[in-house]
Order: sequence, then structure tokens, then C-alpha cells
Amino acid sequence: MKVFVAGLNHRTAEIDDREKLAFNGNKLVEGLEKFKNLPGIKEAMILSTCNRVELYANVENIAETSESVKTFLSEYHNINRDHLNKLLYIYDDIDAVRHIFRVTSSLDSMVVGEPQILGQFKSAFEIAHKHKTTGMLLNRLMSKAISVGKKVRRETRIAEHAISVSFVAVELARKIFSDLSGKVSMLLGAGEMSELAARHLVNNGVKEVIVANRRYERACELAKEFNGRPVAFDEFLQKMVRADIVICSTGAQHFILTKAQVHKVMKERKQRPVFIIDISVPRNVDPEVGDLDNVYLYNIDDLKDFVDKNKFERQKEAEKAEQIVEDALEPFLKWMSSLDSVPTIVALRDKSAEIKQEELIKLLNKFPELGEKEREAIEHMAAAIINKLIHPPTMALKENGEDRDTLIAAIRRLYGIDETESKEK
Amino acid sequence: MEVILFELALIFYFASSVVAIIFLFKSVMIISRSMLVLAGIGFALHTAYIIYRYVAAGHIPIANFHEATSFFSWCIVLIFFMLHFRYRISLLCAFTMPIVMILMFSSSMLPKEIKPLSPLLQSYWLGIHTIVAFLGNAAFALASGIGTMYLVQERYVKSKHLGGLFARLPSLQTLDELNYRLITFGFPLLTLAIITGALWAESAIGTYWRWDTREVWSLITWFIYAIVLHARLTAGWRGRRAAILSIVGFLTILVAFFGIKLLQKGYHVFL
Repeated sequence: MKVFVAGLNHRTAEIDDREKLAFNGNKLVEGLEKFKNLPGIKEAMILSTCNRVELYANVENIAETSESVKTFLSEYHNINRDHLNKLLYIYDDIDAVRHIFRVTSSLDSMVVGEPQILGQFKSAFEIAHKHKTTGMLLNRLMSKAISVGKKVRRETRIAEHAISVSFVAVELARKIFSDLSGKVSMLLGAGEMSELAARHLVNNGVKEVIVANRRYERACELAKEFNGRPVAFDEFLQKMVRADIVICSTGAQHFILTKAQVHKVMKERKQRPVFIIDISVPRNVDPEVGDLDNVYLYNIDDLKDFVDKNKFERQKEAEKAEQIVEDALEPFLKWMSSLDSVPTIVALRDKSAEIKQEELIKLLNKFPELGEKEREAIEHMAAAIINKLIHPPTMALKENGEDRDTLIAAIRRLYGIDETESKEK
Repeated sequence: MEVILFELALIFYFASSVVAIIFLFKSVMIISRSMLVLAGIGFALHTAYIIYRYVAAGHIPIANFHEATSFFSWCIVLIFFMLHFRYRISLLCAFTMPIVMILMFSSSMLPKEIKPLSPLLQSYWLGIHTIVAFLGNAAFALASGIGTMYLVQERYVKSKHLGGLFARLPSLQTLDELNYRLITFGFPLLTLAIITGALWAESAIGTYWRWDTREVWSLITWFIYAIVLHARLTAGWRGRRAAILSIVGFLTILVAFFGIKLLQKGYHVFL
């Protein structure tokens, strides 16, 4: 009984490789059953997201399983074996458990603290559970992993700090306007960055996007994407009166928004607050604009500062999370190792019962004249002897002392349990 | 005997203020809970005290300066809880309780005995005029608390320093709207207080208005809040300006309230 993990993630594999190896849609259940049926695998689960593909299993022998899993993956996904070797990581035992806990805690994610992984992990587990590919060990392990993930989310602030420029912008917008729905946003210049920021704003409720660009066709193109409205570039000042959030990223080498202009705009919009984000380099908005009442001006460096600060905060929170993971490891491993004695005890009992039965049959066949009473007495005696003999080793196994591993090995060898088991197979 | 109710209320308000200050620095559920529970117990005791005084005196207990300050703070706590149930801004407690404490402490130092009501004041106007006036002023008190929160939050956003209370304070828009709502709630009450006061004066001494200090200050306050509302609608004086004006307005109210007591002039002396 060993925990086995084989997988690849955003660190070890490029996006095309991750796509190739993904278990999407129907492939997930199909792949899961094939994986479960590989020799030496007792329980199995597959997690497949856009950033990682991981195979979890309860196995007998790590080395053998690694080989068969690699063969399975390269054949199933039709990928070169040597190439696959470069992408895959394989963990066993405590490392495997730690890895799984770190995954659900979002510590192994591309964006540390991102919230989706826990949900993805849960549904992967549900699918495996539904198709009965998991058993005692994985059920317990995965439930524990989910609860560790929840605990990390609950007890650390790992997910609280926005760590991309667009997220910081949205967070700030939320502290200026209570509610982004119904707000109007304006893009000055139609670069990639402003597109990204606009998308975040729209996802967070901004209703209307006005796009002004020097090249009008590009403005139309971008406006179409957000169901927005393109406007001629020389008209942007008039249109700005309606805009609550202005994202500025033109290639201009000078200020295209001055204090006097914005002052006029503010007057026309009756001082309703404006959030101006200047992500262009060199800057397009005169910094003095920020001195105006109800105008909140942030440039790309301001936003990046927060991103850096937040990254640092997240790092600190991540350290707390790592500690939670470490603390959860020991109880789980202890539980796992206590399982080992149980199958040994069961095997010991089975074996003695078998011997008793064999000998009884032999004896009773030899003396068919024995009456019911005598037969019962003999059976009783045989059972008593067997029970008395296996009682001390059973108790020793149950004790969970420090030498338990040695004891398990010794008992298995002395009673020939391993041989019996392998013969049965 | 009933004074113990007042003193207990004062102690609970005080405890709540202390916890509220701690809450500014440490955002923990248990702290905000205990802050609100302490204020709630204080409020219940305070209410009991006012009812007791009402029964004992046989008229609305706003007949001396002690009772007036006490009732004023009671109104502020009342509106605070109303706001809290609607908007759940627990930080507001830290910006409200200090005002309540100033009023309650002053109140506790003033003579508390119930004296027979001067014949001049024996009128049903007493209840209407004072309740309307203090509820209006309490709304302005909270508007100034919200205004302070606005200024703090605006400072964070403008200075691009997003630490401290930034994450816990509501958005600028929420604070601005709340400030506006409180003033639109308080303003008609203040207007009504001035009108009922004039009517009362007419029925008691035969003249509507005689430029008594209190009347003058009420008028000044009324103009300040009229400007706040007017400038907002016409010139878009919102946000920082509205916040500052709401604080100035409330300071005027406090000056008038305590100043008149010190001057001891006119028929508002007891108030």
C-alpha cells in the first residue's frame, strides 16, 4: 500500500504538451478506467486541468507502476516516451502526500492562492469515486487533501491579495465605486494591455465600453469584442464626460490628457468620480490631473508597486500555508501505516484458520466413527490452540510500538504469509 | 437610584468605544461582535434610564442640560444601529462612539435631579420640538462620522497608500451616498425643529423669533446644510467637499450646543 503520483504541470510542460496529455471530457473516465486496470494499481484517480495533469494511485510497487504508467500515457496520448520522461514528475510515499496537499492548497499553482484548483480537484475526486476507482486509502487521502485546502483558504490570506495589474485595477475601482455594474469604461488607445484591463472590468460588471483609437478600424474591432461603442479619437474628450473608468494606453509620446481638459470634463459630469488608469509608457496623462477633486489617477508603476507588494504578502501567507500542509502530513502518514498491521493480522488469522480446517478434515476422515459430541470437542480444541497461538503476535501488531514495522516484516516471514499471498496471485 | 442605569450605560458605551478603537487596528470577528454587543447593552440601559425619567417626571425628559445631552447621545446610538442593520459598516462604530462619549461624559457631570418644569416650558411642543431637533442633529452627527471615514479612505486612494484601513473601509461612493442620505434625512428634521420652535415661542411668549443665541446658531447650521445639499445638486459638490462640510456642520452644532450653556443667555439656557 503506497501512494503514487505521476504528473506534469505548468512548470514542467509547455501548454501544447499539457493539452496533448490532458484527459478532457469523455477521455477522463475512459483514461481513468484504463489507468485503474494497469497491473499493481489498487486505486486510481486522475486530475486534469489546464495547468496540470496528475495521476494518483494506491500501488504495490512504485518502480513497476512508474514504468507501466509511462507506457500507458505515451500509448494513450500517442506521445514520444523520451519526451514524456522529461515532462513527468513522480512522487511516492510522504512526498506524494505532500504534493497532493500542496495542490489542493493552491501552493503548486501557477498563481499561488488561485481559488479554482480546489473545485477542480473535488470534481476529479467525485468522478473517481462515482466510478469506484478509489478505495479506502485514496478516499481518505483525497478527503483529507480537500480539507487541508479549505483550511489553508480559511486560515491564511493567501487568496486575498490581487497579483496582476488588471486585478489591482479592479480592486481599486471597487473601492472608488461601490458597484461596477452600470459603470461606463473608456479605452483610450486599443493596445493589448488596455484590452486585458477592460476584459477584467467587464467580467466584474462594467456595462459599457467606449473605445477611442487613432486608427478607427481598430477601435471598431475592439469595441465589437465588448459590445462597446467606437468613437473617433478627436472626439474622446466629449465622450469622456460619460466615462467613470478611463484606461489610457496610446503610443503617444506626450500627455494627451491635461489638467485643464480633465477639469472641464469633471465640471460637465458634475464632479462624479473618475478613475483614470494610465498604463502607457511614456505616460499619457499629466500627473497633475490626479490633484483634481474626485479624480483618481494611477499609472502603470503605481499598479505594479501594489502587485509586487501583494506578491510579497502572498509569499508570506504561502509560508503559513506550507506549515499547515506539513502539520497535516504526520497524522495522515500515521493513519496510513497503522493500516499495514491490519492486513497482516487478517492474513495471519486466515492462514491459521486454513491450517486448522485442513488438519480437521484429515483427522475426521481418518475416524469416521466419531460421534457428534467428540467431533465438536476436537474442533473446539483445534480452534482454542490456534487462537492461543496467534493471540500474542496479534496483540503485538496491534500495539503500534516503535518496532512495529520490524514486527510486521518478521511475522510475515515467520508465518510465511508473503509466500501464501504470492501463491494465491 | 435610576442614576445607576445612566452610569452603567456610560460604562458600556465606554467599553464599546475602547473595543472600537482596538477594532481599528485589529480586524477580528470577536472584536467587532463584542464592540456591537457592548454598545447594544449600553443602549438598552440608556433607553431604560430615559423611560424611567419620563415616568418619574411625567414629561419628556429633555428638560435640563443633563437630559438633553443624554438624549442627544441616545439618538446618535439609535441611528447608528439603524444604519448598522441596513449597511453593516461596523467600522462606523469607531467613528461614532467618540462623539457619544463626549456627550455622555458631559452629561454625567451635570446635575441630574428632576426639578419641576418651568411654566414656560409646559407645553406639548416640548416633546415634538426636542425630539425632532435631536434626531436631526443625531443624523448630522453620523453624517460627520461617515464624512470622516470618507476623508480617511480618500486619503488612502489619493496618496496611493493602500494599507491600513483601506481594505476594510467601504468604497468612496458608498460613503458619499450615505453621507448624502443622512443629511437629506437630518435637514427636514432641522427645518421642522426651527418651525416648531418658532410656533412654540409664539404660544409661550407671543413672538415667533427673537434672535436668541440658540435660534441664531440653528439658523447658521441650517444654512450650512442647505449649502451642502444645494451645492451638491447644482455644482456637484460631492465627495471630499461634502464630507468636509458635513464635519464643519456638526462642529457648528456642537459649538452651539455647548456654547449656549456657557453663555447662559436666552430661554434655551437649560438646553
